[in-house]
Amino acid sequence: MAKYLKEKWFYLLLLAAALALPFIVTDRYIFQLVIMSLIFSIATLSLNLILGYTGQASLAHAGFFGIGAYGVGLMTKAGLSFWLALPLASLFSALVGFLIGLPTLRTRGSYFAIATLCFGVIILIVIGNWVEVTGGHTGLLGIPRPSIGGFEFETQTSQYYLVLAFVLLTLFVMHRLVFSLQGLSFMSIRNNEALAEAVGVNTFATKIISFMTANFFAGMAGGIYASLIGSISPSTASFHHTFNWLVFLLLGGVATLAGPILGAFAIPLLMEYLQFLQDYRLIIFGALLIIVIIYFPRGLMGGIDNLRDRIKKANQRRKAGGKNVVTASGKSHQAV
Amino acid sequence: MDLFLQQIFNGIMLGSTYAVVALGLTLVFGILHIPNFAHGHLYMLGAYVSFFAMTKFGLGFWPALIISVLLLALAGVVVEFLVYRPLRDQPHINSFISAIGALMILETGVIVAWGPQAHRIPNPYPGTVEILGITMTQQRLLLIIAAIVLIVLLQLFIKKTTPGTTIEAVAQNREGAMLMGINVNRVSSLTFAISTGTAAAAATLVAPIFMISPAMGALLGMKAFVIVILGGLGSIPGAIVGGYILGLIEALGGGYLSADYKDVFAFGALLLILAFRPTGLFGREVH
Repeated sequence: MAKYLKEKWFYLLLLAAALALPFIVTDRYIFQLVIMSLIFSIATLSLNLILGYTGQASLAHAGFFGIGAYGVGLMTKAGLSFWLALPLASLFSALVGFLIGLPTLRTRGSYFAIATLCFGVIILIVIGNWVEVTGGHTGLLGIPRPSIGGFEFETQTSQYYLVLAFVLLTLFVMHRLVFSLQGLSFMSIRNNEALAEAVGVNTFATKIISFMTANFFAGMAGGIYASLIGSISPSTASFHHTFNWLVFLLLGGVATLAGPILGAFAIPLLMEYLQFLQDYRLIIFGALLIIVIIYFPRGLMGGIDNLRDRIKKANQRRKAGGKNVVTASGKSHQAV
Repeated sequence: MDLFLQQIFNGIMLGSTYAVVALGLTLVFGILHIPNFAHGHLYMLGAYVSFFAMTKFGLGFWPALIISVLLLALAGVVVEFLVYRPLRDQPHINSFISAIGALMILETGVIVAWGPQAHRIPNPYPGTVEILGITMTQQRLLLIIAAIVLIVLLQLFIKKTTPGTTIEAVAQNREGAMLMGINVNRVSSLTFAISTGTAAAAATLVAPIFMISPAMGALLGMKAFVIVILGGLGSIPGAIVGGYILGLIEALGGGYLSADYKDVFAFGALLLILAFRPTGLFGREVH
């Protein structure tokens, strides 16, 4: 136990801080931003699985977010419980991912990015025009909030804890997945698909699994979003969302577990404090995206890792009495 | 029958724009292997430059078109240098992400500078002509003819002039071209300049017919990619034929099936074809 505490103290501290957050942040507006950041963390974490770990840039991510959102919105409005509607909508999103993955995952690189982007636009057009079901451009209004027994998640604090639980669930699954044999085969495809194929990884099946899992969680994030916000419109599924998550992911640190969350929190909050730049927001995002992909492909987490390595080296040097110590930095330095 | 001919004509008109824009993209994507995802946004910028040259500075249609082509050729060179050149030896997908950064800057830049509302370029040739029982405005006819002229000129440039042949040389073998003393950086800049310049010409020609808005680039850029992939990476005839085919699919699908879903046909066709041929209709393996 003591050893566990010693190793994991930082994460436990973070968890404690997350649990205590509603008592620290009193501003309702900022707190709402925090809740949104948590929802987008789930979306960014799942984008990270397919893009960061598997190396396939799926640009239909907001489309699957939209499928989950409309799925939960329609089902709960029809009287189904949120707790049943959410897994169903997420599964449906994963299923659509499977069907779309079949043609698109056979393509590579930019082809995949364009094919998925096209699919994202198709979803957007269908949502906007299928008025009888989706309400067209007005969208769905009055989606009921989630509730357990008689308790309705009405206050911001209760909603926060609800989303936090889902973020932790997502993190748990991603952690188990990434550090498993399956996770290694994801990364083998990212690093060299031909080589992965040659050493016996079934690359197509592996990509399908990664894509479906990512879309399951994208759909889940969408479902939570719909239920908490209470109204959705076609813009929920807009590729502008995908681009935002891409910025969160790349600035936070691609192919890390903490990076997506860091990005999803840091950037909206930062933008909030740079309110006067509101109009120029996307210009700054765009410029940051280019600078990061060219000069800092590992994002903020890369910077933090470098700092930690340096501190570790300095410590070892001090312990070794000033002698030079060679440390092997175990981190891989890969681009996207 | 008249309706059918009218739709065919609309399809050819749409296809003319698509063919010219896709032609520029296939040079950059197919030959330099740069997924210039901001191509549609540069096209949009070209339309805006013409619009302001005409309304703010009172220039005529043709001088505005020339200014737009020149400025956008310059913009293409700048984009290539800042956004893509540093990523040349990295995975494709990094350039793609960098391109998304570029398109965010372009689209928001235009919104900040000139507002999000749509504009209409004054129509220089509003008269109508009647051919085969269908009426069309002169501007639409001009667009179709100008597109053909542009395509032919571009072909001649690539096949018959020295700078044009260097582009083809780099396309065939980058290392070999370098060994022959071809400056690959210069070829990249030149290709980009041609690509965005022709896009600006197409944008200006079509602008009096449709409204221009900051959002118009995104969809067109995507369609250009669809055409390039369907027509085969780097294939110039493929881009031209693909452009006209997509225009016809859209006009007929929009006219007879559903106008709301006309864009679904284009993108749906891509997904369907990739299901059977992952490298496109006439495609080679991508690297």
